[in-house]
Amino acid sequence: MSLSFDRIKEKLNILADAAKYDVSCSSSGSVRKNNTNGLGDSSGMGICHSYTEDGRCVSLLKILLTNHCIFDCAYCVTRKSNDVQRAAFKIQEVVDLTINFYRRNYIEGLFLSSGIFKSPDYTMERLVAVAKKLRLEENFNGYIHLKSIPGASDELMREAGLYADRLSVNIEVPTISELKLLAPDKKHEDFTKPMLKVKNEIIQYKSEKKIIKSTPKYAPAGQSTQMIVGATGESDKDIMYSATYYYKTYHMKRVYYSGYVPVADDSRLPAIGTQVPMLRENRLYQTDWLLRFYGFGVQELLNNDHPNLDMDVDPKLGWALRNMQYFPIDINKADKSVLARIPGLGMKSVHKIISARRFRKLNWEHLKKIGVALNRAKYFIVCDSSKWEHRDMEGAKIKGLILQNSTGKFRKEYSNQLQLF
Amino acid sequence: MNSTKTLIYDGSFNGFLTAIFVAFEEKAVVSDIQKHSVCQNGLFSETETIFTQMDKAKRVWNGIHKKSHSAIKDIYFAFLSEHKGIEILLYRFIRKMFASDTSIASDYSDGLVLKISQLARSVGREKHRMEAFVRFQLTKDEIYFANIEPDFNVLPLISKHFRSRYADQQWLIYDIKRKYGIFYDLNRVEIVSLDLDDIHTNSINKSAHFTDEEYNYQDLWNNYFKSTNIKSRINLKLHKQHVPKRYWKYLSEKKAV
Repeated sequence: MSLSFDRIKEKLNILADAAKYDVSCSSSGSVRKNNTNGLGDSSGMGICHSYTEDGRCVSLLKILLTNHCIFDCAYCVTRKSNDVQRAAFKIQEVVDLTINFYRRNYIEGLFLSSGIFKSPDYTMERLVAVAKKLRLEENFNGYIHLKSIPGASDELMREAGLYADRLSVNIEVPTISELKLLAPDKKHEDFTKPMLKVKNEIIQYKSEKKIIKSTPKYAPAGQSTQMIVGATGESDKDIMYSATYYYKTYHMKRVYYSGYVPVADDSRLPAIGTQVPMLRENRLYQTDWLLRFYGFGVQELLNNDHPNLDMDVDPKLGWALRNMQYFPIDINKADKSVLARIPGLGMKSVHKIISARRFRKLNWEHLKKIGVALNRAKYFIVCDSSKWEHRDMEGAKIKGLILQNSTGKFRKEYSNQLQLF
Repeated sequence: MNSTKTLIYDGSFNGFLTAIFVAFEEKAVVSDIQKHSVCQNGLFSETETIFTQMDKAKRVWNGIHKKSHSAIKDIYFAFLSEHKGIEILLYRFIRKMFASDTSIASDYSDGLVLKISQLARSVGREKHRMEAFVRFQLTKDEIYFANIEPDFNVLPLISKHFRSRYADQQWLIYDIKRKYGIFYDLNRVEIVSLDLDDIHTNSINKSAHFTDEEYNYQDLWNNYFKSTNIKSRINLKLHKQHVPKRYWKYLSEKKAV
């Protein structure tokens, strides 16, 4: 008993370590209810059960089935030519770990990926087998995220979606030319083929569901992908235009951005020890949010004149400073979509303002109580007060004032970066 | 002169709602509403003891519910905050609600409304934290056991979540601070009180109550937690912000092994 636990522990260490560069931890958006008095329910919002010391959410048991791989992608820690310890779980071992972690309220479910052994289909078949076993034998209604193995057949992708809540295939390298350079064994179509299949299956499921209520669920939490940031010479514009393409073409629920952590000495890539571009990653996520929830178009934020995001201010503030002709905005009159464009206002504040202003005209005091970040917002709004002296200020001056009077969490980083120039 | 009254109730939410009913019915000038366990007589006010009556409580509940669906949730959550003086705040809030033609629950520029909504939000956050941070340990008699020490009285709020998630296992969540727990016996959830001989933290000492396998899984989880960390991205400040230190002693992944 304890001997086999020691072996499992060893495998878990290797295969969790190898899986951690996949940043997705989402466990929300599914509709899987526990109607059968079985184990688990994924109908609510996802829960982060813990956070690692690097501050990332731990919501799923995120492991590889194996880190044996026949491919040699330069950016990947599991690539064939890398000298690392290899291990492989048996299907039942993954099932047991998932169930026992879930029963103790450690996790929301399983995120299973794998190195590619023998062939894409052979690998995908085993991932599907784990999910199938959890659903059919263990009556498990927790969350399952399966990786789509690039090059896997349509038949397997169809089956995968019957058991998984989410499917994802990581594009990793945002441009096709760089992909050829860094992942010579993989073709761009290998990535997009499973994406297309999943998209079409979801569309079909949704239309059939309207007619036949009992149509089996297909990947109810949709699909996602991930791009590495800072491994090649790509611009923020390259990344976000590419992301926009995947959101649109394949109906992605999410695109994740993963600051490249150097894992090998390779002349094509940043050297080991190079700092992880965490600030840049953060700015990309902020941009992603502005596109999905704040009504911005990607070309407003990134274009040939501005191919890269500002590092010292957030992308909304950056946009506002370049477009002072739209401001100031009257907090007591403006539409929701206009309020959403004011720096320092999140969507929660926007909703609160719209609710609260039905009762009385809002002044600075009200806005402060509601939780608006006035240190940024005050330069862009008027409210029920005569005190707003910022009418004629230039963007550059406002930026200076904001930076002077605030402390950002990355301030240290970009003051260093600024000194370089 | 209109004399003021202090209402004394039993500390339950239904008791509180009954007190609200009485206050409205008697058109009394209520100076305070206090739990009988903590009551302190005001020098110049008379006191009245309220006996919980479900029908009266229900009428108040329905009345508020009719006014605003979101307000009833905020009132219940804020009540569970156990904030000092929460009863009189809620009393004023409810009076304001009934005095107004429109729903005031979203009037965030009003100090009282904002306060109630903020308290409700803190309780909501703690509810969510407990849904995340409960760590069950399997006892030798096959009960998944967790003891917790939440900032607010959130057991009534998390019961449904655990019931629908862990329908096929017996579980017990015990609030050490408030000395009661909820126990699911595969049929229903019941409120229980225990003579707990020991508080089960994530101490490295093994307790005879739990199975050997239990400690093996804790060990695996603890290992997993470490393996999934990326050292070059270390950010302890963020870690502590998400997992405040006061919860660490119940988290098996934070066990010092």
